Amino acid sequence: MLSYILRRVLLVIPTLIGVAVAVFFLIRVMPGDVVVVKLRADGANVTQETIDAERKRLGLDKPLYAQFADYMVGLARLDLGKSLWTGADVSKEIAIRFPVSFQVAIMATLIALLIAIPLGTLSAIYRDTWIDYVVRILAVAGLAVPSFWLGMLMILGLLSMFNWLPKIGYVSIFEDPVRNLTTLIWPALSVGYRYAAVATRMMRSALLEVLREDYIRTARAKGVFQKLITRRHALRNALLPVITVIGLEFAFLIGGLVVTEQVFNLNGIGKLFVDATTRGDFNLIQGLVLLIAVIFIVVNLIVDILYAVLDPRIRLK
Amino acid sequence: MTEKAAAAAGKLEQIAVEGGLTQQLGAASMGGANVVVNAAKSAPVLEIDNLTVHFVTSHGTVRAVENLTYSVRPGEMVAIVGESGSGKSVSALAIMRLLPPATARVMTGSVVFDGHNLLTLSDEEMRQRRGRDVAMIFQEPMTSLNPVLSIGLQIKEPLLIHMNMTEDQATARAIELLTLVGITDPESRLAQFPHQLSGGMRQRVMIAIGLACNPKLLIADEPTTALDVTIQAQILELMKGLSRRLSIAVVIITHNLGIVARYADRVNVMYAARLIEQGPAEDVFGKPAHPYTRGLLSAVPRLDRSRSARLTTIEGAPPNLLSPPEGCRFAPRCRYATEACKVVPQHSVVGADHTAACHRLEELDKLIVYEPGDEGVRAAAALDATSILAIKGVTKHFHVGGGIFSAAKIVRAVNNVTIDIKPGETLGLVGESGCGKSTLGRLVLRLDDPTSGEIIFEGRDLAGLKRGDMIDVRKRMQVIFQDPYSSLNPRMTVGQIIAEPMTVHGVVLKANAPKRVAELLQLVGLYPYMADRYPHELSGGQRQRVGIARALGVEPKMIVADEAVSALDVSIQGQVINLLEDLQKKLGLTYLFIAHDLAVVRHISTKVAVMYLGRIVEYAACDELFANPRHPYTQALLAAAPVPDPVIERTRPRTIIEGELPSPLRPPAGCVFHPRCPKMTEACKADVPAALEVGLHHFAACINA
Repeated sequence: MLSYILRRVLLVIPTLIGVAVAVFFLIRVMPGDVVVVKLRADGANVTQETIDAERKRLGLDKPLYAQFADYMVGLARLDLGKSLWTGADVSKEIAIRFPVSFQVAIMATLIALLIAIPLGTLSAIYRDTWIDYVVRILAVAGLAVPSFWLGMLMILGLLSMFNWLPKIGYVSIFEDPVRNLTTLIWPALSVGYRYAAVATRMMRSALLEVLREDYIRTARAKGVFQKLITRRHALRNALLPVITVIGLEFAFLIGGLVVTEQVFNLNGIGKLFVDATTRGDFNLIQGLVLLIAVIFIVVNLIVDILYAVLDPRIRLK
Repeated sequence: MTEKAAAAAGKLEQIAVEGGLTQQLGAASMGGANVVVNAAKSAPVLEIDNLTVHFVTSHGTVRAVENLTYSVRPGEMVAIVGESGSGKSVSALAIMRLLPPATARVMTGSVVFDGHNLLTLSDEEMRQRRGRDVAMIFQEPMTSLNPVLSIGLQIKEPLLIHMNMTEDQATARAIELLTLVGITDPESRLAQFPHQLSGGMRQRVMIAIGLACNPKLLIADEPTTALDVTIQAQILELMKGLSRRLSIAVVIITHNLGIVARYADRVNVMYAARLIEQGPAEDVFGKPAHPYTRGLLSAVPRLDRSRSARLTTIEGAPPNLLSPPEGCRFAPRCRYATEACKVVPQHSVVGADHTAACHRLEELDKLIVYEPGDEGVRAAAALDATSILAIKGVTKHFHVGGGIFSAAKIVRAVNNVTIDIKPGETLGLVGESGCGKSTLGRLVLRLDDPTSGEIIFEGRDLAGLKRGDMIDVRKRMQVIFQDPYSSLNPRMTVGQIIAEPMTVHGVVLKANAPKRVAELLQLVGLYPYMADRYPHELSGGQRQRVGIARALGVEPKMIVADEAVSALDVSIQGQVINLLEDLQKKLGLTYLFIAHDLAVVRHISTKVAVMYLGRIVEYAACDELFANPRHPYTQALLAAAPVPDPVIERTRPRTIIEGELPSPLRPPAGCVFHPRCPKMTEACKADVPAALEVGLHHFAACINA
């Protein structure tokens, strides 16, 4: 097990190099020039000389291979470079936004698990009864309703019913836990609902499949209580596909919540990503893509380890 | 039964008595299978009366079981025989009340067990009886145990639920149970998971679970169908011995008539949801009364008979139970059917405790004329003829695993195999699963490349051929696969499936393909209109015929048939075997027939090679090999395979080999069979024995043969 984890961690290095190379060249195919965007943003009349000077300062005048070499050397020293827009370190730009997105993702995942596992289980056990129908309607609604719209409804609801709005601006949970949670619970709920809907449906179908297995029949033939059959014999097997879905969703949430962050006025990774892209801030885009790649890899590793814990057939060698 | 197991059984009985269980454990002594319980005197433990089960589906009502009546006494082994879909499993699940509640409806009848009608108990009352008084063992040991729970937990579960045992008591009992079912090193097995055990071991664990609470009735649904013949014999001997010793009533559901003949006291024959004949095993096999029973018995290839005659099969297929025929269900396939058969026949007595449901029972004996039939003797190929296929010293090693941190392991799937086949012959290749017979078949087809050795087909060494040259060979050598369900593309019509190889090889112009497809369909006993059907619209037997037609399309000289009939029901299997023999005669085909069923191999082959752990251990002309087996493994295989005749079965000696096939990753040194061999000597551990000619063209790789 330990050697498996070690090998997986070592494999991260070539994967990241591949991602780094690919993103470097792909974004350079994109149209747009960060310098032009920055200097002529407000329609200002800037001479070509100024633009060239700025390009030179940022090192964008060098030939592509030289830029690539600089970038790779920087990466080797764990230096993501400086933002072409603000001039601040890319790692610092990301570090400011990351806690918000990370916390929202974790809260949404917890909400999703708390909703999906019990509801999906109930829905499967009481298949084709009113319980199942209610759960299925809720789940389909969750898939259909966009998270940001639900977020807006929440804000409007809070305002009209309680005449109260969550405070704007992120405060670390270590500084002021109450304010932190009262701020972030709303985006987490609005995202978590859709997330829960996906997971509930997966839970239901996985459990239905497991309940048809021969070993469930064996358990019934042994005279095991129905509750114990579900808890001990079925749930553990049914959780495997649910974990996969949860893992993928979690990784997506870190960088994918563009509109929801906007609605709740959160300064997260999603918004940063959009800004970096529209400005053509190559260095920042590269840093963000690498961040998302690392998150996907780590989450996948965790999922694989959980698989091995739940299913003894999967031996991690 | 080992001494240790017997001791454990004794202890088990003691615990049961101490635990205040009202079991008739003392009734039988420790003599095991030799003790005959006088079953006739005790009252039945299970009485099923007039049971009818329907399934309500969107297509209509499936009449799965109709008016089933039978009873079982303590210590008695009752077999329910029938083909798939005859309702035998459904009737067993109905006893356990494990039918799917959404669709299954018990329409009439009662299942009286131990004085209570199980069908009217509350769910909770039924749950208390399941696993405690009535236990069930299922067909698939691979899927019937929960993969994520330890063996120990799964055995202890019923003990903790039904017997109010403490964790320690349950653990002690689980260890005894594992010893009782013949599992070595039981303490460490408790922590293992099902995937770490072989199929035979898993089925032993299932039996241990079934016996955990000393049930009065054990229902075994095809308990050995998924197992190899030597393991099957071990498991059934175990069940029979336990049933006798602990006075457990056993209902065994099977399609294998040999098993019934060897182990069952009584037989119930089911056909299309109805019981059509029942009686003591000797009578039903010795004097079968119903035309279906008679047909079934003659449709099975027999291990104790040479392959001179064609099988007498039952034509057609069992009816669809959505709209079964009026009256006698067997009438459409029965050659003695008359107008009277439009009325459902009642059971009438044909012997002591032996009844059958047929209108013409009295007349049948006179009506049946023994048809000498087609003698079907093929001129044995001249011994000096040139071989069509010669396999010389072929070895196949697979490398598994291996990576940065570990060395690759070598699976020695096929080791130094030398056999040859003359044109027009059928070489039967037999062995248990994992012996390498299918790998050898794949090497001959060159779906895999041999590690070393020559495979010479029509004078050319296949191993050296390039991809392009193989295309030509593939036209001359075709294959029929085991599973008629998964080996046909579900999105292609039968016509497209059969036409594809012909057009690929340019044997037939595309425009002429439909005509040729129609010819081929008729050749294999199907109808030309079936070309537009999809595989799922056909029955298993029909699909296998499509597979045969596909192989014949390119006019091959040789066909590799890998377990081509083993997935089929008994009566259908006979039809397909006859078809293969007819085609061989008509088209001069050569077969490499790979199978695990010894009786089928004996019937169809001219020469037989027996494989064990990657090596050919014995190789001879078919009749010679079965009449005079020389290798201890061949002898053990023949002893383990039951013959559908209780009289023969009860007289012939049973030498059942112990143990299981070793892993091909670590084959034993010297003779690979020596750890299981009854004739093992010290010399066997030293060298791999060479094939010795022990008779004319009869080779055995054994120094003690």
